[in-house]
Amino acid sequence: MAIEIEKPSVGLSKVAVSETHGEFHHILQVSFDLLEEYLEKHSEATKWENKSCGFRKNALFQDYHGLQSFRKAMASFMEQIRGGRAKFNPERVVLTAGATAANELLTFILADPGDALLIPTPYYPGFDRDLRWRTGVKILPIKCDSSNKFEITPEALEAAYNEAESMNIKVRGVLITNPSNPLGSTVKRSLLEEILEFATRKNIHLISDEIYSGSAFSCTEFVSISEVLEARGYKDAERVHVFYSLSKDLGLPGFRVGTIYSYNDKVVTTARRMSSFTLISSQTQQLLASMLSDKEFTQNYIKINRERLRKRYEIIIDGLKKAGIKCLKGNAGLFCWMNLSPLLEKPTKEHELDLWKSILHEVKLNISPGSSCHCSEPGWFRVCFANMSEQTLEFALRRINDFMERRKCMRSTT
Amino acid sequence: MKKTRNSTTTTTGGGRATTAMRVIVPLQGIVQGRGGLFLGSVIPCALFYFLQLYLKGRGGSKSDEPPAPTETESSLSETHLPEVSTLQRVHSRLLLSPRGSSGPAQVSSRANAIAKQADGPYFLGLKQAADDPYDEMNNPDGVIQLGLAENRLSLDVVQEWLADNTRESIICQDLSISGIAAYQSFDGLLELKVVVAGFMSQVIEKPMFFNPAQIVLTAGATPAIEILSFCLADPGNAFLAPSPYYPDLDRDVKSRTGVEIVPVPCRSSDNFSLSTTALDRAFNQAKKRGLKVRGIIISNPSTPVGILYNREMLYSLLDFANEKNIHIISNEVFAGSTHGSEEFVSMAEIINTEGEDFDRNRVHIVYGLSKDVSLPGFGIGVIYTFNKNVLSAAKELSRFSPVSAPTQHLLISMLSHTKFIQRFIKINRERVRRMYILFVGGLKQLGIECTKSYGGFYCWANMSSLIRSYSEKGELELWENLLNVAKVNATPGSSCHCVEPGWFQLCFSTLREKDIPVVIERIRRISETCISRS
Repeated sequence: MAIEIEKPSVGLSKVAVSETHGEFHHILQVSFDLLEEYLEKHSEATKWENKSCGFRKNALFQDYHGLQSFRKAMASFMEQIRGGRAKFNPERVVLTAGATAANELLTFILADPGDALLIPTPYYPGFDRDLRWRTGVKILPIKCDSSNKFEITPEALEAAYNEAESMNIKVRGVLITNPSNPLGSTVKRSLLEEILEFATRKNIHLISDEIYSGSAFSCTEFVSISEVLEARGYKDAERVHVFYSLSKDLGLPGFRVGTIYSYNDKVVTTARRMSSFTLISSQTQQLLASMLSDKEFTQNYIKINRERLRKRYEIIIDGLKKAGIKCLKGNAGLFCWMNLSPLLEKPTKEHELDLWKSILHEVKLNISPGSSCHCSEPGWFRVCFANMSEQTLEFALRRINDFMERRKCMRSTT
Repeated sequence: MKKTRNSTTTTTGGGRATTAMRVIVPLQGIVQGRGGLFLGSVIPCALFYFLQLYLKGRGGSKSDEPPAPTETESSLSETHLPEVSTLQRVHSRLLLSPRGSSGPAQVSSRANAIAKQADGPYFLGLKQAADDPYDEMNNPDGVIQLGLAENRLSLDVVQEWLADNTRESIICQDLSISGIAAYQSFDGLLELKVVVAGFMSQVIEKPMFFNPAQIVLTAGATPAIEILSFCLADPGNAFLAPSPYYPDLDRDVKSRTGVEIVPVPCRSSDNFSLSTTALDRAFNQAKKRGLKVRGIIISNPSTPVGILYNREMLYSLLDFANEKNIHIISNEVFAGSTHGSEEFVSMAEIINTEGEDFDRNRVHIVYGLSKDVSLPGFGIGVIYTFNKNVLSAAKELSRFSPVSAPTQHLLISMLSHTKFIQRFIKINRERVRRMYILFVGGLKQLGIECTKSYGGFYCWANMSSLIRSYSEKGELELWENLLNVAKVNATPGSSCHCVEPGWFQLCFSTLREKDIPVVIERIRRISETCISRS
């Protein structure tokens, strides 16, 4: 008779399961009226349209649950970005003071010191710092290359996992960024399903950093892991967690708003408690709750933003093409992935860095070298195009053009 | 400020010389005679020198050079002068380590790694572009930033919404491309640091200079404490903390850092003040447990008790820290809520006035705006440190808990109105004092005594007469009773690691004056049922 083996549930770190203590908050309301009086007098202070959520409530509110209205607004905004193809429950939204904080916090919860997360290369250089510094967690690369547009393959996943095993390192999860930074491209649905299947088989977590989800050039190009989950009735969902932030899509990094959306109840509870270390001020929450609840504004914004990004992308791709530079075909994000490998004397990291230096110092352009992103192939660079005026971009393209011309001349004379 | 310690030191030093003299004189008499003058002078001199050496080995004098770091720790621990009282202990400690510390204040290896992090090209490039930014008019040869994934394309759409929906807000004033929307340094706007520095000085009501450059701002005092824990201690190390201490300290220090807390019990017999005996004992206990103590963390005004550390105690602490070569974290979040006649002395004041005598590198102050300015929802935490390594590591770590830009701007505005702040602090103090007196008075009528507190908006009450069994269990039973029956939420001492059962922190901050009798009445009803049972 077959014995039913209960599938082990996906584990959390020791920090996550350790006892948390009760919350004893003491706040002084004795002299509140003085503050209210001050704010009445001074028009510099913000006045909320919505009178029911007055200053008192705002200032005293210090709950790691976050304002209900803000969580609702975030959930609804995330739905809109996905064209309504996935639903988000405000009760699963955990707020953090920025995306950096969200990345670190979730890592504390999912992995113990010495454990590893698998991340496809090339990846955002900040991960090395944000995921590892205080957590003691390692990052192991899932190697991708240009032969198939830097897409993750099941073979690469297996290889990375096996490498970890051979080094006796426990893998706790796979972290993908979708749309990808620095590639500027989205991950296709079938691949998402394969990655989810891999994570389920190995009984590890799947983290999808969707910070650029609102920056896909067209709504339909981007498929979120949440859509994949919804389509399969949330089977295996308890291992999936999604990052989001307003720093990229809304262009408001100074507001420091990050979220962890988790389909795992224990992770939500633990992350929420842990977010005491990284709370968003209630003033900021209130302001953004208003903004993101305004459906007319958000629909309009998302549409306009996508349009402008796409237009910028076309300008830069065109300009680079004219200069004889090829880029990876992109469809999202604030940057493109440029191939300068033909310019390298030898395909090495050192030569890539030499090229980077000359571009920085001679051409006066700061672009990010692929080696910083742990790219396995030298010669690729990330070029951002959304943080300057069109004129400046054109000017930059001219500098690149001149640089390429000079290189051509140098080549022909040698 | 009069330094009473110095005068006493010389007296003690003089006493030693007198002792020496009393040995030499009779010797001179003995060796008088044949060749006596020579021997008569050499022998006593030699004896005198040997005596000096002996005394030096025992404890040294002010004229000695500071002992080498490696030797000091062992010699000091073996040659503790006999205990008399806390006061004398301070002076003897001064003799042991006269100038400077017994070693440089070490930061954690994690902090070192973070502070010395060599930046790769990704970050170097960002910095270079920031240092020499392209500007069409003013710097056409500058570096064009193509390495920063920032989206400024549709800010106008956001700006429009804000303009329509939030009246005249300071947010709108500066929501420009280089304004609040853009990435800024994580540890806070310089403008805000300047104002916070001024505010801290206002709060302690002394013209102290707090250097804005030594400030790191965080999203609340909780991450400030955690960041310092990461910077000062490695996993497996420990901090000493006088108990009772506030329950969340366990979470703030321990939950993610791997650092332990070794409580230093304070007792009602001492009015819950810290004794150096207890500190020593706790330090040695930690050693026995194999825990390396990296620092002491105090709250001043203390919570949950509400007492203030006087100058002598602060000096004692500094001496202790110097001697053991450890850090001090002084959590002064309730500094603005002091009330009554006692003077509040900030650790910063001691450091400022002591100058070179103490190693500033081992002192770190935590402050925050959630308590004093009733703004937990706008929470700002402050790390104030003299230690450059800690400062740079803390700045890096602040990226995980930064304060949002709009909140920073609101606070800059509010804290700049110094007259308002002055008035606020004054009135606040008066009200806290009034509430304290009323509340403590009300409890007294029930036969419940409180320790004399001079800070914070709570009182530390001895409710042991109401508990059935004098134990933690009995205390928690009372707590449940208070919560579920009297509907009064008090913090039990056991949650604060208090070694004596029956003490509760009762916070009156959310009450109005007229609520006090209601609360007292509810507690009275509980106390009657408790007394009738026993």
